[in-house]
Amino acid sequence: MSSRFRNSCAILAVAVLLGACDREERQSRAKPLGETVPAAASPDTIYPGDPSRARYVDARGASYEGNAFAIAQGQQLYNWMNCVGCHAHGGGGMGPALMDEKWRYGGRIDQIAASIYQGRPNGMPAWRSKLTEDQIWQIAAYVRSLSGQVRKDAVSARADSVSNTPPQTQTVRQPVRPADSDQQ
Amino acid sequence: MSRVAALILPLALCGCAGFQNALGGDGGEGANFVRLFVLFTAVCTFMYLLVMAGLFAAVLRRRRNADELTVDTGKHHESAPLVTRALAAWAILIGIGLMALTVASFFTDRSNAAITRDPQLSVKVTGNQWWWDVQYSFADTSKSIRTANELHLPVGVRAEVTLESNDVIHSFWIPNLAGKQDLIPGRVTDIQLVPRKTGLYRGQCAEFCGVQHAHMALDVTVESKAEFLRWAAAQLQPAPAPRTPLELAGYRYITTRECSVCHNLSGTPASASVGPDLTHFASRRSIAAGTLPMNKGNLYGWVADPQSQKPGTKMPTIGLSPDELHAVVAYLQRLK
Repeated sequence: MSSRFRNSCAILAVAVLLGACDREERQSRAKPLGETVPAAASPDTIYPGDPSRARYVDARGASYEGNAFAIAQGQQLYNWMNCVGCHAHGGGGMGPALMDEKWRYGGRIDQIAASIYQGRPNGMPAWRSKLTEDQIWQIAAYVRSLSGQVRKDAVSARADSVSNTPPQTQTVRQPVRPADSDQQ
Repeated sequence: MSRVAALILPLALCGCAGFQNALGGDGGEGANFVRLFVLFTAVCTFMYLLVMAGLFAAVLRRRRNADELTVDTGKHHESAPLVTRALAAWAILIGIGLMALTVASFFTDRSNAAITRDPQLSVKVTGNQWWWDVQYSFADTSKSIRTANELHLPVGVRAEVTLESNDVIHSFWIPNLAGKQDLIPGRVTDIQLVPRKTGLYRGQCAEFCGVQHAHMALDVTVESKAEFLRWAAAQLQPAPAPRTPLELAGYRYITTRECSVCHNLSGTPASASVGPDLTHFASRRSIAAGTLPMNKGNLYGWVADPQSQKPGTKMPTIGLSPDELHAVVAYLQRLK
């Protein structure tokens, strides 16, 4: 086998491998265009605690979850829309922390999107008709990444703001323990 | 034929005078650089022609007294007296030429430093992906104005432009007026502009900053001092009130819905600073940082689906209903 043939094969193999890179697959707008169906579920389908108890899962979440582009866009929107004002950069303050494993209104991406879309008692405003659904899903994807539940190669290696913690790509992942979820 | 065209094309491009031309020399610094550039080109062309002439002379000139200057006579190191003199003159000429260029560039630098002393107008330009935020600050802070994607400058007035960036590195470049200056996140840089000629120019981001880098232009208007003051006074006014029911519907949509979380319209509840200020949007020459000329058709296209006009722009496609779209465009056109 000639070295030329071997090199060609190697280049072809690398090209084929690159074709599988979908971590940054980006859509400049949500599909289908102008979707007006309410995001995620209504409050009566939301169950705190064990995610397996929820009856309804919004399928759109899958295309945002773990997508590097959606997470990066969500990070920018998180700062622009002043989520930082109450939740800080995930640590919480006036609002609850978003980087722990406790979720009052469910921790799946569609449940987080629903919380953003509809608002929640004690101060969380509804972002319906202020942000597009695409943007709300992007923020939800970023919020999911704050608690380290997203693939490490999808999260942003760079924080948009000044930070004294190592970037998410450098931190050690700890398994989420559903049994510890807030059952309040 | 195509070879001739390829030769002529660059020459034709040299003739590109106008609103975006680095050799326009319409600003103080720009004019100095154009003079220096012309001097360098002239001197270098002269020297090049001399070298070529010498080369041709050497090729064509027959070798004289070839019998004398040989190894046998022991004179093979010597050259004809004419050649020796020519080489000495050549060395002197190079010395004088380089000295002249050095002195000329030194004085250009001095002159550039001098014209930018004591700025009379202070402007802050902030780069964003992919638009320019422009703020004028005056001694009387109640007169300070904010606009986007346009820069108005009074002719002959020394303006100091402070540059900042909100996201990535951009570069501020108005080729007709001055050179480039980078906008670096977390750092403040500045550039001085001294426009010499009234007119409409185009600035452009000159540092690759993302997918829509090419659509990050700045409409520059250099006008008389009276016109500038009139413009500044108009910019100080709050957003015009809606006059028709359709405009009112648009006003309501813009100030309460998706538009209001990013854009500012002075004098209305919409007061965000994430996107460009829209208070006097319709008085500008272009939409979305020079992407589209300002007219009704383009406004419809832009508001209906920004992602197809400028893919990747941070403005989302909202999916307005036809009624909402008519209303929003009607009110946007009122914002003179």
